[in-house]
Amino acid sequence: MTDPSTATDPRRHLVGTALALRGGDIDTDRIIPARFLKGISFAGLGEHVFADERHAMQRQGGVHPLDDPSHRGARILLVNKNFGCGSSREHAPQALRRWGITAVVGESFGEIFAGNCVAIGVPCLRVTADEAARLQEAAEADGARLFAVDLEEKTIRSGNLVVNIELPEGARVQFLGGTWDATSALLEAGDGIERVAARLPYLNGWA
Amino acid sequence: MAKTLFERVYDRHVVRPMAGAQHQLFIGLHLIHEVTSPHAFQDLRDRGLSIRHPERTFATQDHANPTTSLMRPYADKENEAQVRELERNVEAHGIRYFSPERGEHGVVHVIGPELGLTQPGMTIACGDSHTSTHGAFGAIAFGIGTSQVRDVLATQTLTIEKLKVRRIEITGRLRPGVYAKDVALHLIHIMGAKAGVGFAHEFGGEVVDRFSMEERMTLCNMAIEGGARCGYINPDATTYTYLQGREYAPKGAAWEHAVADWESLRSDPDAAYDDRVVVEGGMIEPMVTWGVSVDQSVPVGGTIPDPDGMEGDARAALADAVSFMGWQPGEPIAGTPIDVAFIGSCTNGRLSDFVAVADLIAGRDLRVAPHVKAIIVPGSQRVRNELVARGLDKVFVAAGFEFREAGCSMCLAINPDRLEGRQVCASSSNRNFKGRQGSPTGRTLLMSPVMVAASAIAGAVADPRVLFGTLH
Repeated sequence: MTDPSTATDPRRHLVGTALALRGGDIDTDRIIPARFLKGISFAGLGEHVFADERHAMQRQGGVHPLDDPSHRGARILLVNKNFGCGSSREHAPQALRRWGITAVVGESFGEIFAGNCVAIGVPCLRVTADEAARLQEAAEADGARLFAVDLEEKTIRSGNLVVNIELPEGARVQFLGGTWDATSALLEAGDGIERVAARLPYLNGWA
Repeated sequence: MAKTLFERVYDRHVVRPMAGAQHQLFIGLHLIHEVTSPHAFQDLRDRGLSIRHPERTFATQDHANPTTSLMRPYADKENEAQVRELERNVEAHGIRYFSPERGEHGVVHVIGPELGLTQPGMTIACGDSHTSTHGAFGAIAFGIGTSQVRDVLATQTLTIEKLKVRRIEITGRLRPGVYAKDVALHLIHIMGAKAGVGFAHEFGGEVVDRFSMEERMTLCNMAIEGGARCGYINPDATTYTYLQGREYAPKGAAWEHAVADWESLRSDPDAAYDDRVVVEGGMIEPMVTWGVSVDQSVPVGGTIPDPDGMEGDARAALADAVSFMGWQPGEPIAGTPIDVAFIGSCTNGRLSDFVAVADLIAGRDLRVAPHVKAIIVPGSQRVRNELVARGLDKVFVAAGFEFREAGCSMCLAINPDRLEGRQVCASSSNRNFKGRQGSPTGRTLLMSPVMVAASAIAGAVADPRVLFGTLH
């Protein structure tokens, strides 16, 4: 269920078909409604990703992109502005990852969401508004079209479409080095942690 | 060199530089609750890791507990299981737990300050986005995910990238009937829900200087709704007066040293900011959200915007929100019938929030409209006890409000308190997202506690200045 702390895989290339989810300010309550936060494990969250929107779409006789058979197995999620804003619930990226998403590409991201994604090995990659639209159109036109993310050269390629991607340099180094699961890296600081604790007045009686 | 408080506190907690622009940052105070911590403890067990500083983590239950009765076991089996898991974990690791049984529980962002755990100059993390609340004391406080809860438990540190700092000044004086919540909603309306991404927001100006600590907490609580992971206010006499004598606050000679240290952390007058915003306090109206993003709000005298006047993405977002909420563009928001009224949450669940409402309804023949379910949910058991001690629970009950036990309740509906179907809720909470209050089609109108009370009594969205007459 959990990833071993010492053996996270480097993430340089991510290849797969893509799925467009249009709209700005898609919050984590929409990604995973609060009633799915009642478990004490993340297992099984994948099937509930965007549960309310998918059910609403179904009731109206439509097909949500996540339920569209032509996008089954998509690995790359193409979004717009401020995706993942709101609640800090890691259940949101966990649900996306367990559904099969390995990378999210969009104009901007909620900060806590993006951090949570790094911690579970899912890069959030920034592109311009125009490029987000071009990528979304390409994926919508052809569900079988492959997209290749390259974190080393910071591009996403699909056929003759080449788009530059941005991500915080620290996160990029973590993905390339396979250190995105931060616990072991943080533990390496060893006594350095206690040296900081020893100089903080509020931990030392304000002497 | 001139610095901001953010830089000073950040620099003091740096353990070492990490990849890119990141640092490993020591976390001085870690708060946990039952929803985002169980997976973290499980992960530690799986990896054979121990808790590095159990004395710097404090726990409570808030999200899952029912508010009708705190009798165990809770009727909802999943809620009960979450709380049991928390109890097992704090017991196993010797973590101080503020429990209902001891009369100490409450919303984590209400009890931290109440206990004096939250202090200026700290780094504070919690698996909850509204951790920004604690910035009201001049701390760097931010929400984290469950993997990061695990990291703090295992190492008392996190990998963090230094934020830019935006100074937001609210000048002059607020008009009567305008509250801290209105200021927060106004700021988010004019700046947008993602303006704060990449920034810490430093709030200041005459209005903020005059604010009480509880008003400051409301403002910093909502920083995250404007996209800023943390908001803060430089500590001053108001901060120290609030803290002095609280359970975990420094005492005796230590208190004097602490105040001197906190004073030295304040942003310098000539500190360089990455951005500055100045807002005239006197221009702010009582605000209410009409949409599904916190920036979609209007003054209570305003009307629903017309998407047809907009272009591109903005038009699509607006049209979607107008349609989800079932509005006619151009209709006035005042007079919209409501079904439920909720006063509580980490935004507006503190003593002064309820006292402000009680003062307006006490001794007047005002009652909640017959078709409205109105609930008062104190932010903590201490707040609740104080309301009871002052006899204000009777004021609320006499006016037709239900007076509940403490918790997060209908802010996010993990417990049994939730909207049904298309119900409209006038809410003092912090998010109007689709489905937020527990019904996928439910509708939330965010506003100040006083406006919630006015709307509960009127049975429809109401301007409190009109309903209650002249406000202070």
